[in-house]
Amino acid sequence: MNLPNINKKRIISLLKDGKRLDGRKPFEYRDIEIETGISINAEGTSRVRIGKTEVIVGVKMSTQEPYTDHEDEGTMVTSMEFSQVAGERYESGPPQMDSIEIARVVDRGIRESRFIDWKKLCIKAGEKVWSIMIDIYCINDDGDVMDASAIGAVVALRLARFPKYDKENEAVLYGEFTDDPLPLTDHVPFTMTFHKIGESLLADPNRDEEDAADSRITLSVSSGKKEKMINAMQKGGIIGITIQEMEEIITQAEKVYDKVFEEVEKKTKNLIKSK
Amino acid sequence: MTTENTEIIEEHEEKIERKLVIPGEVIVTGDDYLPGDFTRKEGKEVVSNRFGLAEVSGRVVKIIPISGVFEPRRGNTVIGRVEDVTFNGWLIDIGGPYSSFLPLAECPRFINRNDIGEFATIGDVLSAKIWNVKKGGADLTLKSRGLGKLEGGRLIRINPHKVPRVIGKEGSMINLIKDATKTEITVGQNGYIWLKGDSEGEEKAENAINLIVEESTASGLTEKVEKFLGGNK
Repeated sequence: MNLPNINKKRIISLLKDGKRLDGRKPFEYRDIEIETGISINAEGTSRVRIGKTEVIVGVKMSTQEPYTDHEDEGTMVTSMEFSQVAGERYESGPPQMDSIEIARVVDRGIRESRFIDWKKLCIKAGEKVWSIMIDIYCINDDGDVMDASAIGAVVALRLARFPKYDKENEAVLYGEFTDDPLPLTDHVPFTMTFHKIGESLLADPNRDEEDAADSRITLSVSSGKKEKMINAMQKGGIIGITIQEMEEIITQAEKVYDKVFEEVEKKTKNLIKSK
Repeated sequence: MTTENTEIIEEHEEKIERKLVIPGEVIVTGDDYLPGDFTRKEGKEVVSNRFGLAEVSGRVVKIIPISGVFEPRRGNTVIGRVEDVTFNGWLIDIGGPYSSFLPLAECPRFINRNDIGEFATIGDVLSAKIWNVKKGGADLTLKSRGLGKLEGGRLIRINPHKVPRVIGKEGSMINLIKDATKTEITVGQNGYIWLKGDSEGEEKAENAINLIVEESTASGLTEKVEKFLGGNK
């Protein structure tokens, strides 16, 4: 269903008092659920639910020739697709604008944060490097798919294990896994999307709120050991964001990052150890 | 029509045994049985067409579907969103794969023919009645009591097959929610529900309706809803 006018009016009037349709505060996230071991064939998988929004992420590894300007670095490809069951608005066919954008934002967040140590993905400089493929499938869309995808990608990468590699024949032995995790750093990247509806800002919108939004801005934040860094930004919508609003967004992004990081850490710690 | 049937069944809930079936499943075998709603006969077997609860009453076997899209029937009161405004009426989204049309002539009040968007424009919400079902669509009318444009409040959406549960026997469940939350509620047979009240009341009513949908097969549902509504006061 597309957004009815009465719902938009109600969202705007409630936000003026700092309230939302489902009783949350403007920057409050819904419950985040994380599951792993979705696919036995993928090197790393995760299923992330934020409220009713649900995405499945898979990480596959293969080898390829490196790019000529980065001869000793691995490569990464991110793709995203909305399943037709995700919502009435999604049809089968080639990826549309929304899914291409999500894939690019997630990809850029991971790439620019230096979350993956590319040099350690090199098998033989100039000839063969590891290639990581991140596939994101949205199973249900109730808003904020971008943030769910980013969380899913990070969890899947953290859980991923190298497949066995036959050095003599230079071939990957699919289906057989080693215990070696991917070379990841502490700069864990998450994206935080903030939406502007009327004069108000909010995080983690549901479907109606996302449709009602005039513009949105996505911050890709990572934290090293000490301080947080903004690695990438993406803005959508036609309405501008003022300097004061941007400052508010950045302050909130830090808080949201801590909350999401804590949540993800709590839910994946045991999983990473046990694997 | 649908509600009446379902309500009668609910009254006999204890007496008739119901079984969960999936499409293609054989419900009963034998020449004595006749296929009813959403079933078909293959030789001697009565086979299910839908995912739902099968019940055998006398010789007739039928299924009460518990998932799937809304199927419009004449006389249903529905709530819809205006998708498009044409020169002689409105195209209304009532959910599911069917499009529906509300002609200008079926609107009981005076509307300027040159600017019919004045009454209802894209995104507005209406409650209407189905007076005719055609192949692939339905015709709507506003010529009945309590129908028309819905102003203010909010619109939520549930599975249309849970609507009888939300209404309850002779409206018992919906009246319970209305009284406890002091909210005006209109339930469309297509699963679109319009709520109007203060923001706390609306939110509570929405949560109560979601609770009914989630626990629609549980026993003692009324008590659970009462507890939910009382516990949050």
